[in-house]
Amino acid sequence: MTTLEIVGKQVEFDEEGFLKNPDDWTRELAEALAAEMGITLTPKHWQVIEFCRQDFQRTGESPTLRRITKESGVTTKELYKLFPKGPAKKVARIAGLKKPTGCI
Amino acid sequence: MKKILILGAGTAGTMAANKLNHLLNKQEWQITVVDQDETHYYQPGFLFIPFGIYGEQEVVKPKKRFLPANVQLIISPIQLIEPEKNRVILEKENQILEYDYLIIATGTHPRPDQTPGLTEEEWRKSIHDFYTYEGAIALRNKLKNWQGGHLVVNIMEMPIKCPVAPLEFLFLADWYFTQRQMRDRVKLTLVTPLPGAFTKPKATQLLSQMFTERGIEVVPEFYTERVEPAQKLLISYDEEEVPYDLLVTIPVNMGADVIGRSGLGDELNHVPVDKHTFLSTKYDNIFALGDAASLPTSKAGSVAHFAVEAFAENFIRYVNGRNMEPNFDGHANCFIETGYGKGILIDFNYDVEPLPGKFPLPGIGPFTLLQESRINHWGKMMFRWLYWNMLLPGREIPFISNQMSLAGKQSD
Ligand SMILES: Cc1cc2nc3c(=O)[nH]c(=O)nc-3n(C[C@H](O)[C@H](O)[C@H](O)COP(=O)(O)OP(=O)(O)OC[C@H]3O[C@@H](n4cnc5c(N)ncnc54)[C@H](O)[C@@H]3O)c2cc1C
Repeated sequence: MTTLEIVGKQVEFDEEGFLKNPDDWTRELAEALAAEMGITLTPKHWQVIEFCRQDFQRTGESPTLRRITKESGVTTKELYKLFPKGPAKKVARIAGLKKPTGCI
Repeated sequence: MKKILILGAGTAGTMAANKLNHLLNKQEWQITVVDQDETHYYQPGFLFIPFGIYGEQEVVKPKKRFLPANVQLIISPIQLIEPEKNRVILEKENQILEYDYLIIATGTHPRPDQTPGLTEEEWRKSIHDFYTYEGAIALRNKLKNWQGGHLVVNIMEMPIKCPVAPLEFLFLADWYFTQRQMRDRVKLTLVTPLPGAFTKPKATQLLSQMFTERGIEVVPEFYTERVEPAQKLLISYDEEEVPYDLLVTIPVNMGADVIGRSGLGDELNHVPVDKHTFLSTKYDNIFALGDAASLPTSKAGSVAHFAVEAFAENFIRYVNGRNMEPNFDGHANCFIETGYGKGILIDFNYDVEPLPGKFPLPGIGPFTLLQESRINHWGKMMFRWLYWNMLLPGREIPFISNQMSLAGKQSD
């Protein structure tokens, strides 16, 4: 576990960089996490992030890549452009959700 | 008479029919099973077919033989489930079956049609699979005459059933080509969407090390968009390429189409259920067992076995108006064949990753967890006997409990 100071606040993450306490999530935090991955968030990014957060509220799980593309209307190709290399995991981290369980 | 309808007479459906038939009063309950295929395949045996270790005799038997005489077996594809009407429509003569309780055990199946380029002109020529009986046989014939080159095993997407099978295939390939004195002419590579060889940290560490020792390469985080059959290329969504001479693919695995058609599935046609009781999240008289269920544990025959044991006890409680116990913990127990007559055993559940130690008797074994041994290989070979003679008929297996045990395991 690591604690980082992001936008003036102490925030805790697990070993793989996923947020410990979902209540710590803010839009500013998302911007900062994305920046750390070299991503500047555009409205298209936000569309995906918001979809994932809503889906998590409904299901209690972070959506898999296939679920995101099927339900949000953003294609896999676009997702890879928006969040290069492992989009499902990256979006989950930026959106303050837990690691997607699609991979067992 | 109350009616139980089981869809699918594979590993899970057959075990469930046997268990319930044993536990329920035959004067009050009628059990019916539907499957489209008369043949029961021992799928774990598919792994050994390409290397000439198993043939038809070891993996193919009639389904009927493993079901009790008083359980009705109907052979027909299933057309539609109508959960609001508590009935199922079959393709054969549009027959309608009503039920009080429905158990979905239609499994998960390789779907090469989901990836562009796979099933075109090179299918079963330079592109093969071993997740089906026909595929395993075709690959055996291919390997017999293959002159060497770059053999790539690729996993299209997770989850797949038996996530260790692709790794076992590579271990066996290393052994097979060494035996045939052509290992120096074969390059072996695993291309996977996962960050490493396996999903759980400690097991991944061991398996990666074994891959390195055997000169098997891993290309991680590669999510295949399409295959270019003419150029023999795998192409990922972020436009990376892996060339191959012989592709052994693990296609996308999906639940039966009838699940999707009937509005009971998730995006891969797996049925969302409570992860401890298998009760559908939508209907209180529908359960899903085995690979058909959407659960955060491995899709494997051993898991289906533990699941059916846990489910059967609960089912009796449930139909007698008592509360079900959350008694399934995601327990999985998988032998990993590593070639040269050796194997590894991993034992884990929803919360605990595979750890080193002894199994099933703490300190004694005989099997070694997360460590290669000869006895583990015999365990894997014995599993076939156990499968046909103990698992399918629903007999108890001594010393092995449904729930995972931490006894005999070392954590740090
Ligand atoms: C290559 C390979 C290696 C494996 N190795 C291992 C191993 O070492 N250890 C292990 O524990 N597990 C292993 N497994 C996994 C194991 O075989 C499966 O997890 C297990 O068979 C799942 O049982 P099931 O009953 O859920 O599905 P299945 O056994 O696949 O049964 C599903 C049944 O449903 C029927 N069906 C589907 N759709 C319809 C329809 N529309 N209408 C009518 N019938 C339908 C099918 O005909 C089938 O009989 C392996 C699998 C493969 C492919």
